[in-house]
Parts: sequence; C-alpha cells; structure tokens
Amino acid sequence: MAEASQRHSLLVRVTHWLTTVAFLALLVSGLEIVVSHPRFYWGEVGNINTRPLFHLPIPASRHLVPTGYGYVMPDQNGWSRYLHFQSAWVLVLTGLVYVGIGMFRGHFRRDLFPTRSDLSGKRVMASIREHLRFQRPGPEEVWSYNVLQRLAYLGIIFVGFPLIVWTGLAMSPSFVSEFPATVNVLGGQQSARTLHFLLTGALVLFLLVHLLMVIWAGFWSRVRAMITGRAEAR
Amino acid sequence: MSKLTRRQWIAAGAVTAAGAGGLAVAARLARRYGLLPPDGGGIYGPGETLTYAAQRLLTRHSMAREFSRSQISAKPLQNEVDPLGEEFARLQKAGFAGWRLTVDGMVERPGTFSLAELRSSPRRSHITMIQCEEGWSYIAEWTGVPLAHVLQVVGVAPQATHVVYRSFQKDWWESMDMADALHPQTLLAHEMNGGELPVGFGGPLRMRVTRQLGYKSVKYITRITVTDNVKQFGKGLGSAAPEAGYAWFAGI
Repeated sequence: MAEASQRHSLLVRVTHWLTTVAFLALLVSGLEIVVSHPRFYWGEVGNINTRPLFHLPIPASRHLVPTGYGYVMPDQNGWSRYLHFQSAWVLVLTGLVYVGIGMFRGHFRRDLFPTRSDLSGKRVMASIREHLRFQRPGPEEVWSYNVLQRLAYLGIIFVGFPLIVWTGLAMSPSFVSEFPATVNVLGGQQSARTLHFLLTGALVLFLLVHLLMVIWAGFWSRVRAMITGRAEAR
Repeated sequence: MSKLTRRQWIAAGAVTAAGAGGLAVAARLARRYGLLPPDGGGIYGPGETLTYAAQRLLTRHSMAREFSRSQISAKPLQNEVDPLGEEFARLQKAGFAGWRLTVDGMVERPGTFSLAELRSSPRRSHITMIQCEEGWSYIAEWTGVPLAHVLQVVGVAPQATHVVYRSFQKDWWESMDMADALHPQTLLAHEMNGGELPVGFGGPLRMRVTRQLGYKSVKYITRITVTDNVKQFGKGLGSAAPEAGYAWFAGI
C-alpha cells in the first residue's frame, strides 16, 4: 500500500515550504517598512502635509511623521527593503514553478478544482455547516480536500498572491515607467500602496484560518504529511 | 531504498553539468551587458542582482510617468537636511554666484560649470513624482539641464559605465549607470514649479533621477565623476546608500 499512502507530491511540499519562508520574511520586513510611514493615502500622492485615508495607531521610525507618540522607533528600513525584495523573488519564482509544473501534471484538476457535484448548493451548504459547527474532518479528508478548502486554496493561489505581487510592482518607479497601466488602473501609486497593505491583511487572515484548520484537523499528522509526503490511513 | 541505476547517474550528472554551465554563462553575459549591481554581493546579493538585471532588460529606455499641471502637489514635502555649514551659508548669501559644478573622470574635457552657465544651457522640464523609500510622495515640476547634455559637452569616454555624483553634504554621494545618466528625464535641476529651486528641496542644484526612489535625487550637487569602475569609490558598493544599508539600485 506504499502507493496509497502518498499524500502530497514533492512539488507541492517543496513549494509550500519555500512559500512559507518567503511569506513570513515578506510579512516581517513589510511591517518594518510600514513603521517608517504608518499613514495610508488614496490617489497618486500622499505625505505628512496631506490628509491620510487612515493611519495605524503606532509610533513611527521617523520623527517627521506626526503620530501623537513622543517616541521614535529604531529605523530598520535598510535590511527590511533588501529582504523584502529578495523574498518577493523567492515567492514569485516559487509560484511560477508551482503553477507551471502543477498545470503540466494536472495537479490543479486532480487536487484543487471542485467537481461539479462538489459545487452543488447542497454540498457547499453542508460543508459550510460542518465548518460552522467545528466538526472535525472525517477520515476521507486525510486524502482529499473539502470544497471550501479547495476554493480557499484556489483563491489564494490565483487571486490573492497575483494581486499582492501586482500592487507591489505598481509601487516600483522603474517597473511602472515601462508598464504605466499597472498603476494607473489602481488609481495611483499611493492607492497601490494602500491596497498592498489591505491585501496583506487578507493574506494574514488566510494564514490564521489555515493554521487553525490544520490544528483542528490534527497538527502533527497534517504537518508530517506536508514534510514527508506520506499520510497514515486511519 | 532503491539504488540509482547507471542511467540515472548519467542523467543526474548531465543535469548538474548543464546547470553549472548555464550559471557560468549567465554570469558572464550579465557582466558583459552591465546587469550586475555594485552591491550584488552578500546575503541580499541574489535578490538585488535579479531586480537590477530584470529592470535593465525591461526598462532601459522607458520614461517615468509625467503628470498634468493640475496634479502638482500643493504642499510638497522637503524632508530633513543636516546642517549645511558655514561655507554653504556664505555661498547662499552671495546668491550662489560662487557655486561650481566640477565634471571629471573619464571625459575628454574635464571642467567646471557655474550656475549661470548651467541655467543658460539647454533645459528640459517635466512634471514627475518623487517617491521616498519610506512610502510618501509628491508631484512637482522640475526644470534643469539634462545630465546627458553636460556629459556630451565634456565628452564621455565610450567605455564609461557609471556616473558618480557628490553633494555638498560630505557623507552623501551616489552613482548611476549610463542608462540613467543618458536618460532624457535625468536632470541637473535648478528650478522647481517654475521658480528657483528652494534650498530645502536641494537648491541651487539637485540631481533628478525619475525612475528611482528619492534618495538617488541627491541635493546640492557639486561634482560629477565619470568612471568605468564604480567599485573603486568608497567601500566599493557603488554609493553611500549601501554603505548605510540601503540598496544601490532604487528603481526596485
């Protein structure tokens, strides 16, 4: 039964953990960068002389920013920026390898696209009900994802990550000089920055729910499956 | 554990050799076409090199977005400047009549330019955004001499790769590659929003590099040095920015 105990392919395991490392590095360095100017604007421009859309109630790492706190945080932007863009490369290249090889091998069709019967209102409602009642997943979910899980993963892979990369690139002065439409359709460079921040919130929310679900389903068995690729039949 | 067959060993060897060969060829091509940033070593070197190489392959001749007059920021932010000292105050009192821009290095006719000479040189204006690495920004109209014009006047050697520029602020110097130095939007700016460039915004003379973050648009420019070996300056990282922990290429 060696065949049957294979749960995750090498491609999924390697890209999953590379994405994990890159995402955490992006999150930490990104928050450090935000600390130097925790104000968000809409449109093309924004600075301390203009009205923010909203601001974070934290001290800043630059004393020019009026935060209301009498405290200036240490400046961490140098390494944060180097790390942020290097991790972005890891994330993007990993994502391209994952989607490219995954499509070639039918990973999405086989493991992630919901079947027609999955998508019936009855089945979706049943799955929502199971989640709301915090029912532990049945043994069949050791081998296969439920419909809500499939939709969440597809959403993060094909909507969440592409949007965060797009809004990130739309802040790059060099990139938008060649592709101005990428920032113009977002309403301006400061809008791109604000959207990038809000999308980070959405991705962090996904991460928290993902972690909670993994813990709920059995943390070590699920993590072991994502490391070794093997799962135990119960 | 299954043993690797002879065929698998040969295949693995061939893939490894092809990978190593491919990397060697890529490194050689990158060096030849100037795709390696001067701060491309160290733990963040791979990311910086990928960014700079990708941008130079994609955006060598691209133009930064220009805006309409109505989009000029009513309240631009001049940011902080360290005290400029007595000599600057003396020059300022005399209306910067004694301000000189020195151009040297790999040029046929090294020399100095007064502000009057620069102001009567061919000029170009553009309404562009200046973005700080911290996240804030503003839009202003910048007017000045295209750096390309000054470089043409002094006659740049064909093998030159970078332009190093220094400021009245002693510990702040920068450099850019020829793609930015010869870029039509790169200005030695002496006017802002139709008036004289205020001291707070870098007057009397500021470098304006439109496709990179604000810290490449150094204020109070005093000297320009053309070189084919940017690593011989400072600590060999290309500019003062990486010495302080910030990326040399600020186009992102």
